[in-house]
Amino acid sequence: MSLRLLVTVWALSMWLAMPASAAQPAAIVVGYLGESDDPLLPVGPLDEVPAREGLEGVRLGIADDATTGRFTNQRFELVERLVPKDGDVVAAAQGLAGRGIGLVIANLDAGPLLAAADALSATGTLLINSRAPDDALRGGECRPDLLHTIASRAMLADGLAQYLVWKKWTRWLLVVGRSPGDRLYADAVRRAASRFGAEIVDEKTWAFQPGNARTDTGHVALQTEIPTFTRAADYDVLVVADERDEFGAYLEGRTDRPRPVAGTHGLIATAWSPVAEQWGATQLQNRFHRQAGRWMTSRDYAGWVAARAIGEAAVRTESADAAKISGYLRGPDFLLAAFKGQGLSFRLWDGQLREPILIVGSRLLVSISPQAAFLHRVSELDSLGVDEEETTCKR
Amino acid sequence: MQTLRCGLFLILVLVARAGRADTIYVSNEQDNTVSVVDGASLAVTKTIPVGRRPRGLEISRDGHSLLVAVGDDDRIDVVDLTSGSVAGSLPSGADPEVFATHPDGRRLFVANENDNLVSVVDIGSRRVTAEVPVGVEPEGIAVSTDGKTVLCTSETTSMVHIIDAETLELTDNLLVDTRPRWAAVSPDGRQIWVSSEIRGTVTVFDRSSGLETGKIEFSVPGVEQELVQAVGFVLTRDGSRAYVALGPSNRVAEVDVRTLTVRKLFLVGQRVWHVALSPDESRLYTANGNSSDMTVIDLRNEEVLKSVGVGRGPWGVVVAP
Repeated sequence: MSLRLLVTVWALSMWLAMPASAAQPAAIVVGYLGESDDPLLPVGPLDEVPAREGLEGVRLGIADDATTGRFTNQRFELVERLVPKDGDVVAAAQGLAGRGIGLVIANLDAGPLLAAADALSATGTLLINSRAPDDALRGGECRPDLLHTIASRAMLADGLAQYLVWKKWTRWLLVVGRSPGDRLYADAVRRAASRFGAEIVDEKTWAFQPGNARTDTGHVALQTEIPTFTRAADYDVLVVADERDEFGAYLEGRTDRPRPVAGTHGLIATAWSPVAEQWGATQLQNRFHRQAGRWMTSRDYAGWVAARAIGEAAVRTESADAAKISGYLRGPDFLLAAFKGQGLSFRLWDGQLREPILIVGSRLLVSISPQAAFLHRVSELDSLGVDEEETTCKR
Repeated sequence: MQTLRCGLFLILVLVARAGRADTIYVSNEQDNTVSVVDGASLAVTKTIPVGRRPRGLEISRDGHSLLVAVGDDDRIDVVDLTSGSVAGSLPSGADPEVFATHPDGRRLFVANENDNLVSVVDIGSRRVTAEVPVGVEPEGIAVSTDGKTVLCTSETTSMVHIIDAETLELTDNLLVDTRPRWAAVSPDGRQIWVSSEIRGTVTVFDRSSGLETGKIEFSVPGVEQELVQAVGFVLTRDGSRAYVALGPSNRVAEVDVRTLTVRKLFLVGQRVWHVALSPDESRLYTANGNSSDMTVIDLRNEEVLKSVGVGRGPWGVVVAP
């Protein structure tokens, strides 16, 4: 054999032996579709308005995926589309699908989210909801290619109820704000009360205009208004539904009876909080703070989980194919480590992420639900939210 | 005669117990101390204040000092074992969690959890001499006894990275089960062991081919599967048994290495993180994160001997002869 032939054979065999991946890494392109939200007005001087809420979580998740991708020879790319409030979400969604993007993380309210999902239904695009907690999206209004990484209101209320019932604080005064979300939160609280054996002794609706407690006499007015407003038959804990942060902060320390406050304020039920530090969460908090210059909210966390779920599925399937990734996310093997002490996965019946719910105080974690006393025959996580037998989702 | 024999036996037992010279060191990540437990009396004899958030710890090769990674102070504290106090420190890169000394005694390999790096520290000159980029949240670090290979697990990436100890190149990256915590090369040098916290498994790879050769799964009767998580583990010197800490299931599993099956489960304290064998391998000590104690298991009689209260948030445990 001539030397030249030998060299050719050697080169050819090296080329054949070389993994395909040594060439251009496969790109997993993830779309981000966000609609600006009305900013919440700061209630107190320490409040910060979180910039790019949700998006920063997605960005961090994609960055984490990309670090892993360096070793699996996969490239992760995020295409961001941010629509102004009441902008054309459907056109933006179609634009992403038109680019061949089959995986989209949606930071949208329920209405625009459904519009986007319906517009994309024929394309097979997987949408991951990282913002809308509406139970209807997991029930009557569910869609086949829609997953949810943000906790539903039912999960938050159940997580809170389990803790309050464990405390034997079973008589609740329910205080509900003016927004549609508040009314839905209150529905979830009522459902949780009947599920876990609590009683709503009285209910109040907050009808005042968002007052300004920070004017010179603001506290004086509240000092007389709140006791009058909260006067009620005896109860153990005031449960407040104020998702827009309009008045919840006024309650603690001012109620007529000396009772704790829980719900959206006081003892807060949430999927994530800056106070979370268990199970290595400190690392995630540090990483997020370094990137975003602020603390991680539950919307940021839901965005991070969505991006990491896609990354995990891409790595495990060794694939950049959206259909394969989307299938794996809904398969029996998917399990995500997300600093909650156990693996997270999606419920097959409604696409909701099953995850523990944190009960947090203003500076520290208070508890984590599910509480040990609430058993479930499959996963105790399924004692939070809508279980398989109860679902109204047909998909 | 019976009394005499009894008395003699008692004396023998006492002598044997007094002869036990193990000293156990437990890092308490929440109160920034290391508890020193006397192996004979099983009492805490000293509590050594160290830097903030102590986790990984190791006895130095010369046996004179205890090295403790103090993550929140970005360094490794060096405790002089004669005086029982911090005598100095080594650099470590940011947020060190676990580290391992190379058999050459000159270099430390440190997992920097916040920076996705493994730092290489030259002990003599007290300098970080190299950094190896790895996956997200590097955690477990191990060096093979032949000194050729460094292992590093990255928790969020779910990989074990195999680093050539000389060139510091990554020679392989093995995908493992979710959230890998601890890694080790088997005593015969032929296998790589990796635990997965969230999946609750230990996977065994062939070191030379990088192929998976087995997987150990765990279950604890009456405990939800989600809570059966594999964290720290240790292999006996003859490589026949492994002891695996099963985290919030509050158990340690004894594994038969030949069949990769669980022989026995020991009930220990809450959220057991890490385990260590006594030098004669007759005992296992466990650091229990949520119950602020250390469990002592008598391996010969296969029974739990005692729980010893230590500091808050016990994390790592090592034993000095």
